[in-house]
Amino acid sequence: MSVTTHPGDVVMDYDEALSKFDPVLGLEVHVELGTDTKMFCACPTTFGAEPNSQVCPECLGLPGALPVVNAKGVESAIRIGLALGCEIAEWCRFARKNYFYPDMPKNFQTSQYDEPIAYGGRLDVELGDGAIYRVEIERAHMEEDTGKSLHVGGSTGRIHGAEYSLVDYNRAGIPLIEIVTKPMVGAGERAPEVAKAYVSALRDLLKALGVSDVKMEQGSMRCDANVSLRAKAGDDPRGAQQLAVPLGTRTETKNVNSLRSVERAVRYEIARHAAVLAAGGSVLQETRHWHEDTGVTTSGRVKSDAEDYRYFPEPDLVPVAPTRETVEALRATLPEPPTKRRQRLQRDWGYSDLEMRDVVNAGAVELIEETIAAGASPTAARKWWLGEPSRRANAEGQDIVTYAALLGLTPVDIAELDQMVVARRLNDSMARQVLDGVLDGEGRPTEVADARGLELVEDAGALEAAVDEVIEANPGIAAKIRDGKVAAVGALIGQVMKAMKGQADAGKARELILARLT
Amino acid sequence: MASLTRDDVAHLAGLARIELSDAELDRMVGELGVILDSVAKVQQAPIEGVSPMSHPMPLTNVTRPDVVRPGLTPEAALSGAPESAQQRFLVPRILDED
Repeated sequence: MSVTTHPGDVVMDYDEALSKFDPVLGLEVHVELGTDTKMFCACPTTFGAEPNSQVCPECLGLPGALPVVNAKGVESAIRIGLALGCEIAEWCRFARKNYFYPDMPKNFQTSQYDEPIAYGGRLDVELGDGAIYRVEIERAHMEEDTGKSLHVGGSTGRIHGAEYSLVDYNRAGIPLIEIVTKPMVGAGERAPEVAKAYVSALRDLLKALGVSDVKMEQGSMRCDANVSLRAKAGDDPRGAQQLAVPLGTRTETKNVNSLRSVERAVRYEIARHAAVLAAGGSVLQETRHWHEDTGVTTSGRVKSDAEDYRYFPEPDLVPVAPTRETVEALRATLPEPPTKRRQRLQRDWGYSDLEMRDVVNAGAVELIEETIAAGASPTAARKWWLGEPSRRANAEGQDIVTYAALLGLTPVDIAELDQMVVARRLNDSMARQVLDGVLDGEGRPTEVADARGLELVEDAGALEAAVDEVIEANPGIAAKIRDGKVAAVGALIGQVMKAMKGQADAGKARELILARLT
Repeated sequence: MASLTRDDVAHLAGLARIELSDAELDRMVGELGVILDSVAKVQQAPIEGVSPMSHPMPLTNVTRPDVVRPGLTPEAALSGAPESAQQRFLVPRILDED
């Protein structure tokens, strides 16, 4: 198989692009619900099952098969809508979206068209520096996922050049909720960051709702990013002058399937559009494919006839008309919103705004919460997770949760490590060594400490002897401390620790030195 | 009622993946035109105060519980497929689409 690279198009330097143009985004997020069965039939939805082992006449589109709506799918859709502050339709229908493509054997996808179950909501998104950007939600509607195609024979594994395709319909019919934003204006140069923060906040919200496992790497949450540029007008991206400029032509970048990619893909498209427009060209309204490996987008199909879906109301399904009582009962099941929850946790844990932001940006809120539940102090939990594990996760380009799961590092491990420090079995530098050992796969913290022979010397005699030796060897410093310059004690502690080969409690050493000299 | 053009019919044929010869296109312009004319007559019906209807029965909220029921085995699922490989449906190559 030959390795193909995607050289990408001409792009403009990002800062230059933002000095000339104002970006406007629109994000479409598809989330697979975590129901046990498909949206319109009772086939199971287990991820990774054998090909075509979770299919029936309905999801294969066989003649005569009739769909019946999954009650839990509708409930989940309503709960998502409510959590996003949407209105819930009093009456709405499914529609057929007609197209001919082998990923849907029915030759249409059952979706919703002009009557979404939920519409007109918002999600407040916190950016890295604590600024809040409000994303307006256009709608959230119910539909079904498509089958998975494997393109065989081409050199790239993609469609162009494929000789034939192999289709697995296990995924066809899994309930999907599509959440569509209104045009996101006014973000200016922070548009890529806003896009990432929105998808991240949405993921947190859906996770808190328990409606999906929201695993972007497994495709249970997928993002399409619409990007357009318009001429810059004035210095304020939210100013009336800027808002009055008509929107430019947009492109839709498909399958942006990690948080990092959302930011990168939006950034790339902004820089690419800018180069096209600055050269006097016009942006082609088209679908773009995102290439994770090379960080560029390439042209997909041009939007034309293929977008003519001839929607019409699905005659085989009756309307969905949730009573207001049902809606209110579902509203009562909503969990604490993630932003409120964070504020509460910050209060409980006594973190400063900056500390909390670091924790949120590192994606470590849940890990820390579980670590505290396992017995660590909030300060220790934050310190250990944001230290070496975060550093290594960053270096690997992974988020901390995925990275920790990969290594098998658990909140219980961190709590165990902290317990050893609290119990004065380890000092700080020894605990760091133990954590390194755990990250290197040497075992659980206690095992690593045992195997590496890391243990604070509890032998008071040895420590006292070391203190006496160090005082004797450093009469000058000792004199300073006797004269009241207590800060000089640090130099002596350092020497005591060295003499003890690091296996001593620095706090105790300090106490002993000061007891002798003051 | 706007009349149907030959281009309209060619467009529809494309969407429906139906290959029509020039002679068939000409014939379909006429045949579909008759159908559209009939629908246009229906559209003259007085509908003031009548809400749109997409289903003949006054039913809503017909659902089933989220409980798995066995479906087809992979062998049964693939038994009607003209071609299959690797326990998947084999379909002709797909060009210029995604």
